[in-house]
Amino acid sequence: MTTIDIDNIDAGQPEPDVDLYGRPSSRRSVVYWAGWGACALAVLVIAAPILSILWGVFERAVPHWHWSVLTEDTTATGGGLLSEIEGTLEIVASVGIAAGIIGVCAGIYLAEYASGKVGAVLRVASEVLAGVPSIVLGYVGYFALVIGLHWQFSLSAALIVLSALTVPYISKSTEAAMRQVPTNYREGADGLGMSPLRTLSRIVLKAALPGITTGWLVAMAIAMGETAPLLYTAGSFTGDGATVHLTHQPLSYLTSMVWNGYQSIYPGLVQLSYDSAFLLVVLVLLLIVISRVIVSFTQRHTEKG
Amino acid sequence: MLTNPPSQAPPGSVPPQDPTGDATVALVGARPVFGLNQETLPRLVTGLAALLPFLALIAVVLILAFKAYPAIKFNGVGFFGRTDWVPGSTYANPVKTGGVLHPVGAQYGAYQLIAGTLLSSAIALFFAVPISIGAALTIVEKLPRRASMAVGMFLETLAGIPSVVYGLWAYLTLGPVMQRDVEPPVASFFGHLPNVPILNFFRGPVASSQGQGLITAGLVLAIMIVPIIAATTRDLLRQVPRLPKEGALALGMNDWEMVRKVSLPWVRSGIIGASVLGLARALGETMAVAMIAGSALNALPYNLYQNIGTIAATIVNQLDGSLNDGTGFTTRTLAEFALVLAVITLATNVGARLIVRRGGAVLPVGRGV
Repeated sequence: MTTIDIDNIDAGQPEPDVDLYGRPSSRRSVVYWAGWGACALAVLVIAAPILSILWGVFERAVPHWHWSVLTEDTTATGGGLLSEIEGTLEIVASVGIAAGIIGVCAGIYLAEYASGKVGAVLRVASEVLAGVPSIVLGYVGYFALVIGLHWQFSLSAALIVLSALTVPYISKSTEAAMRQVPTNYREGADGLGMSPLRTLSRIVLKAALPGITTGWLVAMAIAMGETAPLLYTAGSFTGDGATVHLTHQPLSYLTSMVWNGYQSIYPGLVQLSYDSAFLLVVLVLLLIVISRVIVSFTQRHTEKG
Repeated sequence: MLTNPPSQAPPGSVPPQDPTGDATVALVGARPVFGLNQETLPRLVTGLAALLPFLALIAVVLILAFKAYPAIKFNGVGFFGRTDWVPGSTYANPVKTGGVLHPVGAQYGAYQLIAGTLLSSAIALFFAVPISIGAALTIVEKLPRRASMAVGMFLETLAGIPSVVYGLWAYLTLGPVMQRDVEPPVASFFGHLPNVPILNFFRGPVASSQGQGLITAGLVLAIMIVPIIAATTRDLLRQVPRLPKEGALALGMNDWEMVRKVSLPWVRSGIIGASVLGLARALGETMAVAMIAGSALNALPYNLYQNIGTIAATIVNQLDGSLNDGTGFTTRTLAEFALVLAVITLATNVGARLIVRRGGAVLPVGRGV
């Protein structure tokens, strides 16, 4: 018969994770604080470069800022950014229209009509297209459109390449927004005798509009910030602003100014490069903030309803 | 389907009230257009739009393959083992080898550029994955709603900043800081460690100008892919069901243990998928790398601080100069590079989505956010 050694009853048992009062052992506390400390540090590590980038862009542009930057064309050694601003706005506006229409239509198809296999293939193709490096798309655009179709550096070539980049974003956000529309809405519309097309355009699309707009704005921010696909489709550092010619007419845009000016031997161009970076950051942040405002506005409204 | 017009309502049922005449309008809207009824027409139009990305993807690969075919033939398999970058003589008469016209002495290799691409992206992943997971955990579990929205704004800002601006910042700010304050101490620390081959990669010299080189490029890429990984991880963590988490707390775990034992395992495949997606973006990133990596063409980096070239940066740097080659061979070689890059990134993208498909999560498109 074995006797129970009351004094050593815990021998062979693992060290308990709590002390007599149920508080975590010191090892658990150390792990807890080390873990969450590292996580908090990660947030700071993410915040640091953003603040550094924003401050760096601000500090190099704003103290030397002249409003003439917005009103003069670029020259060989300096000048202003009027042509670049015009070019960027023209590119973004045309991409916004073309990619917007195609992307929203594609999103509608994926949300409403696409069935099983077909939908999956189209969806993956679209997502993968967005993952193709932008320089590869630009290179293809250069050979197929600029050289192959003899369009030369032009708005059309830039438009097609940038649309290929942005359509997947718009179609994905459109699809997601339409899937979030409650089924009741459709059933209600059907029950009232609305035709499917009217249900789509009047009920579902209307309810999905904030989500679609948000995705569209983010896509426009991306289009505005792209450089690599434009250098060999829209041209680079030409000093030409907005154009009515779809082909055979290169455009300037802000990102090409950053790329072409930052190592220039002319201080005027270097300064323009910093100014372009500043304008780009301001415009992109503006688009992102607008999209955020739309999101929070609609969220507040749906919570109330 | 509840699409029956009111006239076909079963006999005996109450006819629908239509005080505003909306149903009539709906029937007018149902008129066929071009012989297509209102069910088919939108389906057709939107279907065409949805088909476009698919066609574009195929066109990209086909055009690249068509353009690159002579270069693939001439460069052969040895292309992937060489580190050469010899455009050949543009003054001598071009020669034909195996039916491919090229300048005399042209010899290209991809090994150094593929190595530069993979190494810089690996460094980016090494730093970005833990930081992203840590930040996502903080956002979901610890920060109050307003603060987590602020950090979310930070992530969106990071995703939205154009890559030339990243490049400019790296060139003006990060590079000099790396060269002055970071690289010398790190290199000298590893210089004191025993002479093991793998450690030699971390040793000096740190001779590169303005901090341009492998490690700086890797760090910039890390910053650029943090938004994808962090935002995806955050969204996944928010979808972890409440019950298992509360169960963990009820068993006496603290919230760190709950996160380690319940939340993270729950979303593991999603995190891996998001990381692979981030990798795909790092592999294809062009402008920032072109501005900070040092644009090496034919040199394999022998330590962490050397100038490197990546495929994407080399294409954007060399396309202008390649047009001087009257035979077009250099541009065809660049097309081969682009094809290699496209295949690598397509494989990583599809891989990421396959990993995640099993986990049932949804990956973002492209840059995330």
